[in-house]
Amino acid sequence: MVQSNQRHSEEAVYIYEAPLRIWHWINALAIVVLCVTGYFMGEPLPSVSGEAYDYYIMGYIRWMHFVAGYVVIVGFLFRIYWAFMGNRHAMQIFLIPVWKGWWWKELFHELLWYAMIAKEPKKYAGHNPLAVLTMHLAFVWVLIFLIFTGLALYGEGTGMGTWQYDYFSDWIIPLFGQSQDLHTWHRIGMWVMICFVITHMYVAVREDIMSRQSIISSIVSGWRMYKDSRPMDGHE
Amino acid sequence: MHETFYDVMRRQGITRRSFLKYCSLAAAALGLGPSFVPKIAHAMETKPRIPVLWLHGLECTCCSESFLRSAHPLAKDVILSMISLDYDDTIMAAAGHQAEAIIEETIEKYDGNYILAVEGNAPLNEDGMYCIIGGKPFVEQLRHAASHAKAIVSWGSCASWGCVQAARPNPTRATPTHMVPGIADKPIIKVPGCPPISEVMTAVITYMLTFEKMPELDRQGRPKMFYSQRIHDKCYRRPHFDAGQFVESFDDEGARKGYCLYKVGCKGPTTYNACSTVRWNGGLSFPIQAGHPCIGCSEDGFWDKGSFYERQTNVKGFGIEASADRIGATSAAIVGGAAAVHAAASVVKHMTSKGNQE
Repeated sequence: MVQSNQRHSEEAVYIYEAPLRIWHWINALAIVVLCVTGYFMGEPLPSVSGEAYDYYIMGYIRWMHFVAGYVVIVGFLFRIYWAFMGNRHAMQIFLIPVWKGWWWKELFHELLWYAMIAKEPKKYAGHNPLAVLTMHLAFVWVLIFLIFTGLALYGEGTGMGTWQYDYFSDWIIPLFGQSQDLHTWHRIGMWVMICFVITHMYVAVREDIMSRQSIISSIVSGWRMYKDSRPMDGHE
Repeated sequence: MHETFYDVMRRQGITRRSFLKYCSLAAAALGLGPSFVPKIAHAMETKPRIPVLWLHGLECTCCSESFLRSAHPLAKDVILSMISLDYDDTIMAAAGHQAEAIIEETIEKYDGNYILAVEGNAPLNEDGMYCIIGGKPFVEQLRHAASHAKAIVSWGSCASWGCVQAARPNPTRATPTHMVPGIADKPIIKVPGCPPISEVMTAVITYMLTFEKMPELDRQGRPKMFYSQRIHDKCYRRPHFDAGQFVESFDDEGARKGYCLYKVGCKGPTTYNACSTVRWNGGLSFPIQAGHPCIGCSEDGFWDKGSFYERQTNVKGFGIEASADRIGATSAAIVGGAAAVHAAASVVKHMTSKGNQE
């Protein structure tokens, strides 16, 4: 199947530009911080004794959560900007070409590949259709959901008259019923994101080993490398 | 014509001299010039007291009980001097047909000018037969009185959100005032709480009387001056929360030291009310001060949010009840497990295809 001993004639493709790679890793780090601190905001660490003024444990946990939250927000705004300013692949996770027949065909092929039925996957420069679909639904929209609900919860603390309250809490809290349900949904959002992260990491490792292109080294160096020299048969 | 403020003051033994002094003082306090003194006096002499109809639907009368305990202003001053409480079956002298007749009389006499105070809510199932007032379903009385009112005050969580009788599965289909089908399109002020704080109730009335307008409301229809902050924001135990000092169980050292009740289910961080500032019983105390977590009684649907003693509340659906963490951790475990199984299968496939090649 894979003729790995043949000479590679295909050149590597520069796919992830530097700003995008920096965003990816800052965002990944911020999400880890958010999940850990967020978890302990809902299920705090064991109580400490002594005087209250000696400690600020919950305070620091919340502070880190809010800082990381703003990092994600600013990063995401930049990422949207980069979707327009970056190379053509930068738009991939935001816009799924559902109106294109080839996209559905290749999605189906990728599903067969993951069901271990197809013999080999197609060769891609950017993301394959299944990756795009997963990132679009389980990352982009979940992140938007977490940003909006997160700002609404943050606005509860900053209070009426602040932009967080007036533009987010004011309409999002009634939308979810009340603050308690909003907290619950924000937490469910966190778990969906954790599920995405697990899938994302597993698939990245698997694709790196089993697909026809490099994955993990690409998000570090930006270059997509190939294991065979047959022509690119996947779109994008 | 109803009695004016002046009439009431005179009746209570206040001389005209004292009355005029009061008007001067009021003008000075409001920063108005001496020319306003006669204007204020004129208004007090001619402005009738606001007629109020206080109806009771499905409720427990805890709102009335709370109201009667108001200290600033005293409930008696509100009822006897500030408003004209024409009907309130709990505290009025009249009873039976006599009492019911007053409702019609007020509606006719002050059409479009009285305030309708609603305590409790209307059950809609069985054509409203679960709550009968004077031989008729309460919902009919409510619709009728609402259509002629100037404004509606929804007292308590029952009238505002539904409260306990609207908790799952809500067998009588108890429905809060603003959601009753066919209710007249009148401004509705929600004053939620089970019961609301007495001073909050009298203050809402006083505000409307003094300024002749509704207090500023938030998007959900609650007066901003009492419901714009959470219990948590002004809680005196907040420093313990920030420090990370929690009551782990009700008999531990933390409970004795007055640590934060977050871990034993306090809903202070999600409850909009004035308990931690105004407090109860004339500012004496409030639940958290007494060592019990806030149960979030002024929030929509608080009965359906699982245990009062757990921080995370249950999500219903899929035929089970579980907290967000249980649902999330289970999902993550399933995804992780699926990934592991898939990985194992991939390894097998990778090996066999390699084997075929060689």
